[in-house]
Amino acid sequence: MSEHDVLNPKHMPHNPEKATLEGKNKFIGFWFFLGGESVLFASLFGTYLALNDSTNGGKSSEELFGLELVFIMTMLLLTSSLTSVYAMYHMKNNDFKKMMVWLGITVALGLGFLCFELYEFNHYIHEYEFTMRSSAFGSAFYTLVGFHGGHVVFGLLWFISLMVRNAKRGLNLYNAPKFYIASLYWHFIDVVWVFIFTVVYLMGVL
Amino acid sequence: MSTLVATNKKSFGATLWDYLTTVDHKKIAIMYLIAGGFFFLVGGLEALAIRWQLVQPMNDFVSAGFYNELITMHGTTMIFLAAMPLIFAFMNAVVPLQIGARDVAFPFLNSLGFWLFLFGGIMLNVGWFTGGAADAGWTAYAPLSTTSPGEGVDYYVLGLQISGAGTLMGGINFLVTIVNMRAPGMTYMRMPLFTWTAFVASALILFAFPALTVGLFLMMFDRLFGAGFFEANMGGNAVIWQHLFWIFGHPEVYILALPAFGVFSEIISTFSKKRLFGYTAMVFATVLIGFLGFMVWAHHMFTVGMGPAANSIFAVATMAIAVPTGIKIFNWLFTLWGGSIEINTPMLWALGFIPTFTLGGMTGVMVAAASADYQFHDTYFVVAHFHYVIVGGVVFALLAGLHYWWPKMFGTILDDKLGKITFWFFFIGFHLTFFIQHFLGLMGMPRRYWTYLENQGLDLGNLVSTIGAFLMGVGTIFLLINIVKTTMKNERVGGDPWDARTLEWAIPSPPPFYNFKQLPLVRGLDPLWVEKTEGRKGMTPAEPIGDIHMPNNSFLPFVISVGLFIAGFGFIYQKHDLSWLTLIFIGMGIALGAMLTRSVKDDIGYHIHKEDLQKEAEE
Repeated sequence: MSEHDVLNPKHMPHNPEKATLEGKNKFIGFWFFLGGESVLFASLFGTYLALNDSTNGGKSSEELFGLELVFIMTMLLLTSSLTSVYAMYHMKNNDFKKMMVWLGITVALGLGFLCFELYEFNHYIHEYEFTMRSSAFGSAFYTLVGFHGGHVVFGLLWFISLMVRNAKRGLNLYNAPKFYIASLYWHFIDVVWVFIFTVVYLMGVL
Repeated sequence: MSTLVATNKKSFGATLWDYLTTVDHKKIAIMYLIAGGFFFLVGGLEALAIRWQLVQPMNDFVSAGFYNELITMHGTTMIFLAAMPLIFAFMNAVVPLQIGARDVAFPFLNSLGFWLFLFGGIMLNVGWFTGGAADAGWTAYAPLSTTSPGEGVDYYVLGLQISGAGTLMGGINFLVTIVNMRAPGMTYMRMPLFTWTAFVASALILFAFPALTVGLFLMMFDRLFGAGFFEANMGGNAVIWQHLFWIFGHPEVYILALPAFGVFSEIISTFSKKRLFGYTAMVFATVLIGFLGFMVWAHHMFTVGMGPAANSIFAVATMAIAVPTGIKIFNWLFTLWGGSIEINTPMLWALGFIPTFTLGGMTGVMVAAASADYQFHDTYFVVAHFHYVIVGGVVFALLAGLHYWWPKMFGTILDDKLGKITFWFFFIGFHLTFFIQHFLGLMGMPRRYWTYLENQGLDLGNLVSTIGAFLMGVGTIFLLINIVKTTMKNERVGGDPWDARTLEWAIPSPPPFYNFKQLPLVRGLDPLWVEKTEGRKGMTPAEPIGDIHMPNNSFLPFVISVGLFIAGFGFIYQKHDLSWLTLIFIGMGIALGAMLTRSVKDDIGYHIHKEDLQKEAEE
């Protein structure tokens, strides 16, 4: 396959993300990477579970967490995963414009989530003086949830730079795998959030 | 674009630039070999200093504090900066060739992985020059490490974090390469054992290193940002560090040992002129060891107080590893059995390895008995055990592989006589050093102690051990002489100097940068041997000559690594003075900027054209 066919394909195959060897490599490599990421978050969850009662006399999870805010955040992030599915659906149909629209919605929802998270952290720090340094529980909470938040930031930057870079040139066999794995990453962030919602917030207030 | 005509003598600058930007796995292999070899010498000198301090009772060759730095850096350097990169050197040099691939799956990541390892390694050692290296042991147990003053442990944390990221990239790269890029006919059950072990080791890297990443982050937050994960005053728990460290650390043993087994499987089979006995069982044992490697981390923590139930489970799981390892030992013996054996340097290392490693495995089962471990724990018995495994297994394999694959990597062959001298000095020195340490340990000599008293029955053993260590040093000097001499003489060898069996020997030495002009058709295990027994000279091609797709060189991996290296200093010194935060912004700016450049710039490589390949073939 020549450079020309990769950047300006005459017809798009049904699975453009896996049409070239590079694409296939990225596809499988990224699944492996997510395997490693799972261990990373599993380690953080383990640490959190070991330390979530170690409040050192400070605020405990029951006193801090409110489910209303977390519910909104969860809805935003879960919906953004759905919209990224729509984007990939349109990628497979070679409808670049619709893909970009749905990616834009995904980014907007992700940004919404991020704003709520920043509000939440800010609230805990200023309202309750609950910081990373107040207790082992604080360290574990901000590390686990913050790592997830960091992943969200990275995912958003990833989506945005992909969209800006490719806005004018449409879909091809070189950028299709990039869009695809960015959306895989986004789903992974979502799955991790479901665990955070359960382990940190639900188990924290119940 | 693609000119195949080899440019005569390149200028030094051009060569340097070539290596700084290369994405060729064979050149990256050479860089891993040089960097890993350098750190091996550094770690070796640290070991000699340790042994010299212990040569007699109440010695004062080094201070107690410096001694702590020496043992910490010796362990860290040898595991992370010598053994791992040297394994990666062979994986890079050999795995793509053994499976008949033109390249690795992610050439750019491959180069990035190398530079991250190198800058992480440099970062670790910067501590020596800025007021003290890490001194909390290579395991960096909290709270010893969290309360260690100065910046030594900070360098440890950030250096390992940077180089660990590089290792993870390497692991993913080899997994994908082996899954996706095997030549036609190269089924999983026809893959050479070295490739198989590289595959399983890469999977272990993938699942083990993130645990270390998290552990290092927690340590970093504790030390640099006032978090309290391991701080009992804040409700923290120091045992969490131990768990995370060993969830990584135990698989790490197999990340090193499995490829070592792979190296010996290749060598024993080649120089016995037989296919590997029990190939299927060997593959099965490799996978099983990889799996069990994750189930046994807490055997490092029997004396922490986990309770008898946990101790028993981990003891039994640990002992279970002896079964697949035993399978491997017997398969090597049966491969030798009835073979027409050629004894040369690589084979000597292999033959020396079998009894040595078996001894290490036997003491492993002893240490795995939780009740007995209360006696062995933190004594020289444990030191002896793991050096039998890591040196007797891994370092022997690295030295064997060095002699075995040197012709493939450099096109010249290491002197066999000098190689044998190296072997005997190193082998005898090794056993003198470490065999007696079993007894020192049983007599109560503790690990990590700076010195010992007279008339405790420890004098003679320590003296012998130190003499042995220096004999190993002499062996290493002979190895260096050998390398220099071979390079000076520069006698070229052909593609297949050992009359070997696997695919890497089917192409010239050193291989052309595109590896295989035509992908080979693999028709069985030991594909080159299959062709030879049918009277052919080389492999049957699986495709007509066509264009070959190659990746472009890139300077970005180097830039990214430098950026993270700079940011590391910012993270460390901001705890004294917040103005150092600027370094974090500069460093991360460089790294992220380079990453962004990488992702927005199209880089789809180039093609070597069919006509050029044909022209080259006619010349």
